Amino acid sequence: MDTTVTPVANDAALDSTEIALDCQADQIFYSDFLAVRDSHVPIARNQITGFIGPSGCGKSTVLKSINRMNDLIPGFRFEGKVHFHGVDIYDKKVDPVAVRRNIGMVFQQPNPFSMSIYENVAFGLRLNRYKGNMDEKVEKALVGAALWNEVKDKLKNNGLSLSGGQQQRLCIARAIATEPRILLMDEPCSALDPIATRQIEELMVQLKEHFTVAIVTHNMQQAMRVADQTAFFAVDISRGGRTGYLVEMGATKELFEDPQEQLTKEYLHGEFS
Amino acid sequence: MAEHTSLQRSQSISKPPSAGDIFTNNAFRALTLAFTWGIVLLLAYILFRIGGKAIPAVKEYGFSLLTGTTWDVNNRTFGILPEIWGTLYSSMLALLLGGFFGVTIAIFLTQNFLPRTLETILRSIIELLAAIPSVVYGLWGIFVLIPLIRPLADFLNAHFSWIPFFSTSLSGPGMFPAALVLSIMILPTVAAISQDAFRAIPRKTVEAAFGMGTTRWEAILRVMLPTAAGGIFGALVLGLGRALGETMALAMLVGNSNQISLSVFAPANTLAALLALNFPEAGDTEIAVLMFAACVLLLITLLVNMLGALIINRTGMKR
Amino acid sequence: MGQHTRNDNEMHLPNLERQPFEPRALKSIVLSAITICMAIVACIPLFSVLIMLIYRGGKRISLELFYGLPPTAFDIGGGFGNAIVGTLFMVGIASLLSVPFGILAAIYLAELSPDSKISTVARFCAKVLSGLPSILAGVFAYAAVVLVMGSYSAWAGGIALSILMVPTVMLTAEEAIKMVPRPMKEAAAGMGCTPAQSMLKIILPVAVPGIITGVVLAVARAAGETAPLLFTALFSDYWLRPNEPTASLAVLIYNYSGMPFPNQIELAWAASLILVLLVFVLNIISRAIGRRKNV
Repeated sequence: MDTTVTPVANDAALDSTEIALDCQADQIFYSDFLAVRDSHVPIARNQITGFIGPSGCGKSTVLKSINRMNDLIPGFRFEGKVHFHGVDIYDKKVDPVAVRRNIGMVFQQPNPFSMSIYENVAFGLRLNRYKGNMDEKVEKALVGAALWNEVKDKLKNNGLSLSGGQQQRLCIARAIATEPRILLMDEPCSALDPIATRQIEELMVQLKEHFTVAIVTHNMQQAMRVADQTAFFAVDISRGGRTGYLVEMGATKELFEDPQEQLTKEYLHGEFS
Repeated sequence: MAEHTSLQRSQSISKPPSAGDIFTNNAFRALTLAFTWGIVLLLAYILFRIGGKAIPAVKEYGFSLLTGTTWDVNNRTFGILPEIWGTLYSSMLALLLGGFFGVTIAIFLTQNFLPRTLETILRSIIELLAAIPSVVYGLWGIFVLIPLIRPLADFLNAHFSWIPFFSTSLSGPGMFPAALVLSIMILPTVAAISQDAFRAIPRKTVEAAFGMGTTRWEAILRVMLPTAAGGIFGALVLGLGRALGETMALAMLVGNSNQISLSVFAPANTLAALLALNFPEAGDTEIAVLMFAACVLLLITLLVNMLGALIINRTGMKR
Repeated sequence: MGQHTRNDNEMHLPNLERQPFEPRALKSIVLSAITICMAIVACIPLFSVLIMLIYRGGKRISLELFYGLPPTAFDIGGGFGNAIVGTLFMVGIASLLSVPFGILAAIYLAELSPDSKISTVARFCAKVLSGLPSILAGVFAYAAVVLVMGSYSAWAGGIALSILMVPTVMLTAEEAIKMVPRPMKEAAAGMGCTPAQSMLKIILPVAVPGIITGVVLAVARAAGETAPLLFTALFSDYWLRPNEPTASLAVLIYNYSGMPFPNQIELAWAASLILVLLVFVLNIISRAIGRRKNV
């Protein structure tokens, strides 16, 4: 395998769409450990970009680098650029807290705060000193997360009292309440049962009308069902470590039907995972 | 903050953290860091303060403080050898007894001897032993324990006085009742940490032992005890650390007599008890000597506690 | 040992019945019996102390204890209202000093910079301090407060107690903050909270029960401490005046235990009963809070 060539996105597919955020991860380190290299992932506006690949391939690391969540991990170091509205978010002058307020995130485990459903959704609005009609925004976010009908009569109940699938939709409502421009989702369905998973997937397709979504998934069927663009990552063990990198990226349909790289073909045919 | 504004879309709800948010955050960080430094400085200041006050005594008496055996304020002769001896002797006696009981109870509480509810009750009782203030143990020792053990002490002294440990009679306070109360006080410490050590034994080791067809006690003595030995040793060392620094029970029960004797029925003295008894009425020179005694006590407990912590860290137990 | 088993094997007919008198089974039974006896013996001191407290302290319990002042040598009656006030006052001072100190340091250790050098050093210092003999806290407060102020005082006693409380509060608060689930902390950061906002709005409210458990345990321990007060607060027969020697329950018990007067000795038992009740109630409260947290 030629490891020196940087795999480039399938430009033809992306030409027609606008790039909301352009992530060029040259090297990502955890202390001395090189976790990811040479991964250039453009995120198209109002589309869903899926990140797939075997475990340990760095897809979550790349996703979490986009809103600088990884800054919380001691020893984390990002080399490269993430272009977002004309700013490199890894520029020294950029406040990571401000980045996270503009790029929302939904996590692997549903993680509502230990407060009422209403306060969970209003949390981000209060944080951003929102002055308008709070009730309206909370309702809008809960409707947007397809949770309103189930919780409208118990907004005062603790967010942790909901079922797992409801909790995850509450987290989505919490994330979209502040209308972030990009919504990152890190395996949002991995802790959920098939029915809840299906609900979240339908929700994601609705969300892309208003939001730009990037989702990490372990499940290739899920990527096929929801993603417009798909980025395939793999692990390179040739240099001794386990370094993840982007193998290829393109429109989901093309990538699954006609992958350019041998490695992608093998992965899609289930020859390794 | 031009970078922030360029991240903004005019109609967006997201706002960068306000100047107030950032100020609060920085102030909060600085405050917590200051108190983190505070704990380091506090320890340094304690060492400096106690050590500083002891210097005059070291200048005046030097090494003889450690080897002298008389404490005579009027003649300004001071030596703390009997107290060092008493501290070590009482702690070792307490460790012998409290350690043995503590480890046995840890076995009893972790090796499925009892139904769950009884186990919880017994564990609570042992923990409550540690909650009783030491001054209350002292009171109990004076009025309950000493009268109770006197007949036993008299019997041992009458028939076995050729053994150095029983060579004198118990005239009230003395090493034996003090060590006995001390052992009750360290028992909960030893039991709690030993229980952790037993619980840290991997399930598969336990299963392997029983799979070989051992009886319960064969498994405990040949597999569990050796596996948990590191943690138990750490528990004993930390129990010793507690015993060395304990004050009130000893000040009330040990008899406060400056002598070095192997007999467990003889009155004795310890460093902590010396401090408790002599501080309130001490003059300048005596204060300096007492500060020196405090330094010696500090040094001994520090070494023992660090050793214990080190051993427990080594075994990788979660405390 | 093992004689039976070998014979059985030679006959190719393993005997699987219980054989309570076989040596190895017998040894097991004897050891178990010894263990049970030792466990029972270990419980005796607690019950003995409790029974004596109720028997000797209980009969002296009356309202006068709470509003009366300590009697002089040959007096009868009297109480120790001033010692109760003194204990509460000094434990209060100690809490006011040590609780903010411990919690703020714990926040830094647990969340803001857990792996930094200063955190490692501070954690080590806290462990050393938690093993500090309580009398040495008194020696320090004597050198740092009594000698400087020129007199024994409630302040000096409170400071001595606070030194014993700080490491307990700090180490338990650190544990409690670390126990807050990682995903919840990530959610707060992911919403764009500054570290201070995450801590104050999300993490601390969840960690509060655990922190309170530690604080209550530290208070319980401080309330029973005698050695640090012996030559910092000393004792007094009068009501609380913070700049002067101050009475406490613990020192009262110590002082009166050595007196030849039955009245004072009765008072020492009564004071012990009240002190132990106070400490046990605090322990039960902290357990109740701790248990609710786990559900």
